[in-house]
Amino acid sequence: MVEVTGICIAREGRAVLDHVDISVSRGEIVTVVGINGAGKTSLLRAVIGSIQPDSGHIWRRPDLRIGYMPQQLDVDAAMPITVGRFLSLGTGNSSKARSEKALSEVGAAPLISQQLATLSGGERQRVMMARAMLREPDLLVLDEPMSSVDVSAQAGLYQLIGNIRTRFNCGILLVSHDLHHVMSSTDKVICLNRHVCCTGQPQMVARDPEFIALFGQTGADAIANYKHHHDHRHSDHGEVIPLSEKAPHMFDKNIENSGPQI
Amino acid sequence: MIIEEFIVRALFGGIGTAIAAGPLGCFVVWRRMAYFGTTLSHAALLGVAIGLILHIDVTIAVVAVCVAIALLLALLQQKGTLPNDTVLGILDQGTLALGILVIVAFLQTMRVDLLSYLFGDILAIRTVDLYVIYGVSLIALAIVVTFWKSLLTITVDEEIATAEGINVLAMRLILTLLIAMVIAIGMKVVGALLIVSLLILPAATAQQLSRSPEQMAIVATSIGVASVMLGLTVSLYTDTPTGPTIAVAATGIFIATQILFKSSPTRNPNLKT
Repeated sequence: MVEVTGICIAREGRAVLDHVDISVSRGEIVTVVGINGAGKTSLLRAVIGSIQPDSGHIWRRPDLRIGYMPQQLDVDAAMPITVGRFLSLGTGNSSKARSEKALSEVGAAPLISQQLATLSGGERQRVMMARAMLREPDLLVLDEPMSSVDVSAQAGLYQLIGNIRTRFNCGILLVSHDLHHVMSSTDKVICLNRHVCCTGQPQMVARDPEFIALFGQTGADAIANYKHHHDHRHSDHGEVIPLSEKAPHMFDKNIENSGPQI
Repeated sequence: MIIEEFIVRALFGGIGTAIAAGPLGCFVVWRRMAYFGTTLSHAALLGVAIGLILHIDVTIAVVAVCVAIALLLALLQQKGTLPNDTVLGILDQGTLALGILVIVAFLQTMRVDLLSYLFGDILAIRTVDLYVIYGVSLIALAIVVTFWKSLLTITVDEEIATAEGINVLAMRLILTLLIAMVIAIGMKVVGALLIVSLLILPAATAQQLSRSPEQMAIVATSIGVASVMLGLTVSLYTDTPTGPTIAVAATGIFIATQILFKSSPTRNPNLKT
């Protein structure tokens, strides 16, 4: 779908991205992790074509349909536009029924006739996800899609992202800090700190010394242990541990004591 | 009262300008380009001066100078670390001062009415001016309608627009060009100093009354037309300069709307912007 080779981006003499390679194939979910200022958003912007790299190459499959969701949507309060109209802007032939269906999938059905400017951050993220979905993309690019969404709704929306992958057979590139997502539904993790520190399947990345150096042993252990819990839960006991027992750990937004979070 | 022909021409000239100024004014408001519009309208005076020096059509010279200033601005914004409005202020004042100096220099050698460029001279609009006004205005309107969806999308979010394959740079350039065109024809109606009032006042008034971008564009056009009619009528009865009277009429309609319709559909008291 898209292949980024050796791109470098510098701003005011400071390297933002340094020889970064990534690729996303059809049906693959690639998650970018990294600390603040690691260049995650810049990488996504380069992939969608809104910033040009200083060097390196970005190949996109011809006629690639991209659905993009920025971290935030800053609509000027002076612009009167309803959620429904915003959704219909993204697609050539969108009916109201399709918009309604997409909105109800992201849990935002009642918002269709609301003004975009009056929505909260989390509501806007849901609406943007519905819009990206309505485009039936080949490549879905999501920049921290859950950063403002209620913790209780995040699991469902991550599940939806997985469904979108199978529904449209599209590649998905996203930035996420949510371990549960990274472990359960990511095919490939890219650990970014201006350069690609390490990349691979989630379990492999968790053992990488550079990853441990960046996120600490606790974070790495949490990933490694997560897989163990996962196996244990299914093979030995044969009973399903309710998600709610884990939720406080998995979705804890507090970085300080967030062992499982990266 | 017998309606003189020059009044009819003035009326149609004003309406012709308001037709294009309505939807474009909406983009000026949505994209926070009010100061940008002011800068372009002041640069338009420099365009008049250059037109006089080179003996070319003033409308064409104004559009050319506005586009050149817009490109220069884009360049300066990319390179420098100065705030956006400071850069605009430098271009605004520099072009205004230079334009006035050149026009004043021409006052010695030929009959040039500086005031008519500053405040418009709608009552002096000739039939040939009407052709230019309607030609430019309808072309601008046709372009806005053609690219309406893309223009709206870049206004909501330029990155989403890029990802969806819209050429954001081209759309920005088109908007700049169209605003320059409206300023060029608006010079005759309300003048360089007041043309921004025909762009932002009707749009700002319409914002209060609209729930969709299309509605706002149409309402803005209607309010622009109403301002022209009201201003022209009042100026005939009170014998005041027509350009400023139209601008005052637009301001009056804006204030009246603010008082009559206190809450806007897009305003949410719980939301900080």
